[in-house]
Amino acid sequence: MREERSDMSEDEDGGGGVEQKERWGPSHGGGGGGCGSAKSRGGVWTDPPPPFSDQVLENVLENVLQFLVCRRDRNAASLVCRSWYRAEAQTRGELFIGNCYAVSPRRATDRFRRVRSVVLKGKPRFADFSLVPLGWGAHFSPWASAMATAYPWLERICLKRMSIADYDLSLLAFSFPFFKDLTLICCDGFGTLGLAVIAEKCRHLRVLDLIEAYLEEEEEDEVVDWVSKFPQTTTSLETLGFDCVVSTVNFEALEALVARSPALRQLRVNHHVTVDQLFRLMVRAPQLTHLGTGSFGHPAALALQGDVMEHDADLVSAFAASKSIVSLSGFRDVASQYLPAIYPVCANLTTLNCSFAEITADELKPVIHHCHNLQKFWVLDTVRDEGLQAVAATCKDLRELRVFPLNATEDSEGFVSDVGLAAISQGCRRLRSILYFCQQMTNKAVITMSKNCQELVVFRLCIMGRHLPDHLTKEPMDEGFGAIVMNCKKLTRLAVSGLLTDKAFGYIGKYGKSIRTLSVAFAGDSDVGLRYVLEGCPKLQKLEIRDSPFGDPALLSGIHQYYNMRFLWMNSCKLSIRGCNDVAQRLPRLIVEVIRDRPEADDETVEKLYMYRSLAGPRNDAPPFVMIL
Amino acid sequence: MDGGVGYADMDALKATELRLGLPGSHPPEKPLPTTTTTARPTKRSLDEDRAARRETSEGGRATSARATKAQVVGWPPIRSYRKNSFQAMKATAEAAGLYVKVSMDGAPYLRKIDLEVYKGYRELREALEDMFKCFEGCKGSEYAITYEDKDGDLMLVGDVPWEMFTSSCKKLRIIRGAEAIRGLGSSQ
Repeated sequence: MREERSDMSEDEDGGGGVEQKERWGPSHGGGGGGCGSAKSRGGVWTDPPPPFSDQVLENVLENVLQFLVCRRDRNAASLVCRSWYRAEAQTRGELFIGNCYAVSPRRATDRFRRVRSVVLKGKPRFADFSLVPLGWGAHFSPWASAMATAYPWLERICLKRMSIADYDLSLLAFSFPFFKDLTLICCDGFGTLGLAVIAEKCRHLRVLDLIEAYLEEEEEDEVVDWVSKFPQTTTSLETLGFDCVVSTVNFEALEALVARSPALRQLRVNHHVTVDQLFRLMVRAPQLTHLGTGSFGHPAALALQGDVMEHDADLVSAFAASKSIVSLSGFRDVASQYLPAIYPVCANLTTLNCSFAEITADELKPVIHHCHNLQKFWVLDTVRDEGLQAVAATCKDLRELRVFPLNATEDSEGFVSDVGLAAISQGCRRLRSILYFCQQMTNKAVITMSKNCQELVVFRLCIMGRHLPDHLTKEPMDEGFGAIVMNCKKLTRLAVSGLLTDKAFGYIGKYGKSIRTLSVAFAGDSDVGLRYVLEGCPKLQKLEIRDSPFGDPALLSGIHQYYNMRFLWMNSCKLSIRGCNDVAQRLPRLIVEVIRDRPEADDETVEKLYMYRSLAGPRNDAPPFVMIL
Repeated sequence: MDGGVGYADMDALKATELRLGLPGSHPPEKPLPTTTTTARPTKRSLDEDRAARRETSEGGRATSARATKAQVVGWPPIRSYRKNSFQAMKATAEAAGLYVKVSMDGAPYLRKIDLEVYKGYRELREALEDMFKCFEGCKGSEYAITYEDKDGDLMLVGDVPWEMFTSSCKKLRIIRGAEAIRGLGSSQ
């Protein structure tokens, strides 16, 4: 089974993508070795074919290099000499493009000729929070077109934060006869029509996984019955995930599809699927390993009419029969009387996502009590500190915890606090990743976690009220976050919040030597804060900052770093056009985008800045509200 | 909680608001501000939420209050997918079609009401009277409340059980004057 890719919040293997292999210094030296002909600026080798013995060597090399999977290793291998560069290019099977604008599709497909799998990422992450205006870009079309001609054997595509049209999906379906695997994470622009074409034309489809996609709004008569379009014969489907699709699906067609898909292991249905319907699906597919349960209840209208699940016992037996289930999600409208039905599978669960279910501590406890093997747990803060204490008591092997807020507003009550965090840190020593939304936090609890959870790789704490200090001591949260970077040596991703002074950034710069991703909001006192980070964190790849008092001097202090990074995002800080221009001029391969919400405003201030290295030059699809300096 | 705007101002503001639901029936609100980007109903506290979901009919679901403190866009950082999911769940739970247009002969604009808010015909009639009383006047007070059902037929309000009415009513129309008198047969 493939590694859990559903989130990709941490890129495996880190380091640069395609673009890292080009030299970023002022002199673009050739790859060295051999005939001494320099690499052209376009990065395409232009010398005559090598002599016979060299050709043999290259063949041998190719056979060896095909075992190299990790892209960082491949990047390194490609830098050895021209011969290795060529061999590596011929054998790279998976192409990872961390920023779709960092390189042109043509250039990528020219260099890597035998790609079977493509991973492509588009918009900056803050687009998820409505900070990037609609129409900004990250269009899949040019990539689809380039790949359609270059990679006829393409089997797998994974896209994150890209804009995809139905037409693009259609192009995929018609261009790649061996296509097997489509995963779309936080993408938008397509609808049920696109899904229908994929279902119908991709006869070898194994994976169709839609994760938090935003399908186009469709009127009832526009919705296409895509589920009916799968081949009527036995299918090779292994994963079908459509929990984010807002329109109803044809249930009879879905049930029949499940029945003729013996390889199906992962099924995630949307909230229109009721618990009765889920039962029928489970009966058809007792071999499932990952189940997204849809509503796990009934719409209220149905409940009124008395058309409820007659036999709770049936549901329990369905779970009892599903001996392979290791992952559960969904619970969109969970009627709490059905929750106990999952007891038979709890002991085997490694993943439980009930973060759309408003359950209390009392409702959670009997469930979590059985989940000794849980590694990944996503939950709503409605379970309160008490619920988290129960998790800490049972889930000794927990690796990833996410606690989401029911009321995602600054002034909301907040149902979990430092107490819950401390409890988790006591009980779950193997914790690697945490995302925690709260209203009250203390430095003490954060420090405790930094000492107890030495395996932490991802620490994201969101104190929802802006500038909130330690709620007991009233001091800034500097010491807490400082302890995290100091004690957690494996930390690569950090998100900070609460009242923070430049001191916190001093800690990050001093101790955060492995940090690759940093998210900052409403923090810091002055330019010094950002300087600390840019000067102190050599591994920094992705930096996103909002509403913090960092200005041009701070921006300029990172000149040495920006070519090593994937991107820098800053909004509502203290930047001006002059400062950004300065950077743009000193770093010609850096694309500096200034995004204006109101194009007419001719301010000196820069409201939104998005900077990224690129071999492709300024993009030609920038909308009017984007100014490229 | 955090109250930047005085309550006196809030009342004046509210008086001019077009609201859904019975005028004067909105519950005492928690001053929970909403995001400035979208106009979503105020998120209630956990317990209120759960109570509301248990009973499907709930009095006076008020529109969002003017924010007592300006919210910033995209903070706290929750994906709109997640925010929308909670809204969507509540929307399907409430069933489509309970918001219906109300037209009145002679009135320059229509209103929209949420049928779920009313417990029966009497409340509905009172609410409609209240809503349209500014258009009473020289035309006299004879009127009939009718509705268009799923089949497109014009029906007199009040003949069928309330639940049947709410599930089949597509829009309301208040007929006035002579037409109404002719139509009125049995007592309402």
